[in-house]
Amino acid sequence: MKDLDDLKQGVFQGQKRAIARGLTWIEQGRQEGKLLAQQLFAHGGRAHVIGVTGSPGVGKSTLVNALTLHLRHEGYKVGILAVDPSSPFTGGAILGDRIRMQDSVMDPGVFMRSLASRGHLGGLSRATFGALTLLDAAGFDKILIETVGAGQSEVEIMQMAHTTMVVLAPGMGDDIQAIKAGILEIGQIFVVNKADRDGADHTVRSIRSMLGLTSEHPEWMPPIIKTVAEDGRGMEEVNQALFRHHQYLTEHGLLDRFRWTQTEHVIEQAVSDLGERLVRKARLENSWAKRVVAVGEGSADPDRVAEEIWRHTIQED
Amino acid sequence: MIRVLVAKPGLDGHDRGAKVIARALRDAGMEVVYTGLHQSPEQVVDAALSEDVDVLALSILSGAHPTLVPRIMELVRQNHMDDVLILLGGIIPEDDVEDMVQAGVAKVFGPGTDTNDIVRFIRERVKDE
Repeated sequence: MKDLDDLKQGVFQGQKRAIARGLTWIEQGRQEGKLLAQQLFAHGGRAHVIGVTGSPGVGKSTLVNALTLHLRHEGYKVGILAVDPSSPFTGGAILGDRIRMQDSVMDPGVFMRSLASRGHLGGLSRATFGALTLLDAAGFDKILIETVGAGQSEVEIMQMAHTTMVVLAPGMGDDIQAIKAGILEIGQIFVVNKADRDGADHTVRSIRSMLGLTSEHPEWMPPIIKTVAEDGRGMEEVNQALFRHHQYLTEHGLLDRFRWTQTEHVIEQAVSDLGERLVRKARLENSWAKRVVAVGEGSADPDRVAEEIWRHTIQED
Repeated sequence: MIRVLVAKPGLDGHDRGAKVIARALRDAGMEVVYTGLHQSPEQVVDAALSEDVDVLALSILSGAHPTLVPRIMELVRQNHMDDVLILLGGIIPEDDVEDMVQAGVAKVFGPGTDTNDIVRFIRERVKDE
């Protein structure tokens, strides 16, 4: 499976090995991976992409597992991307989200992949967009993205997911205060997990009072749902809320707008890839050293040099 | 980036060793997927396939390696995962090592192995892209 077209066909047929290898290509960030993601993009746009975020320990992975079981029961194919942090020192990572997803991942209608953040900030990995493009093209109806869980900085999920679920747990009342600025604004659905514990109602009330202060889309009032993901309680309500939010996005033309923005992103990405390619080519030419000297001495201006490189390379192509 | 699945197939409930290995490999700059205890051979191979790992490191202390390892290897072959490096650790009697290697395990690492040796072995065998 070395060939781009073979891999693409495998992805369309939903072959696990092709999907897995395609994700590796995309993660490696090499040219083939970028091409693959760019070519698959046109075959997507059907999946409902759902972000799951929240502080560590609130039960995101367990919730993803329980929700996946429920969505499978409803007949949906489910793709899961779970992001864990990479060590900033060694680049290594321990990816442990599978531990809590054992019940759901063996199902042939489910594909789960762990991604390391690889130094990317914002709670996701650089490969996230490409990865969800691939799962979308592979025919998954629902794609769940679980973020790192670091708290405040995870707003990037909004640009990737149609619906962002913020997960909290009781006993975090003060934390809500601390995280409200970042996370309360991005949540379209709030889940209070571990709701069999003391203080669940208090947490619900805290969220509700915070939400009263900020509302980006007055037509969508984010629901707050109590769950016990460990035994599946509340999953029907979560599923209903996801359905209603998707319906809301469709009715207000927001899904189309989302797709438009993402398409713009894909074009921007392709243009910057082109730029990188130009630089790589220019560096190989004899004129490169002369250009470096000229800019260094101040006898040439870098913008002019860039234009020269651009014109020169385009002519050659 | 080298990706490794550290797996505990079978019924023994001891994952101290597996966790030590996972941490050592992470500290060596690898991405390590850990799936927890009590995995069936099917679960192990399914995880290795989905995660597209370069290395599958099995830890077995229950003595069930003579049945678990051949079954895992059979599934590895069925899924055309011939490019995955298979390592085995845990408690494997000296007399069984040859059988494990015959079955397709690249190397058996017993108790007391220096984790640096495992890192070195992986780096020699897997090309890091």
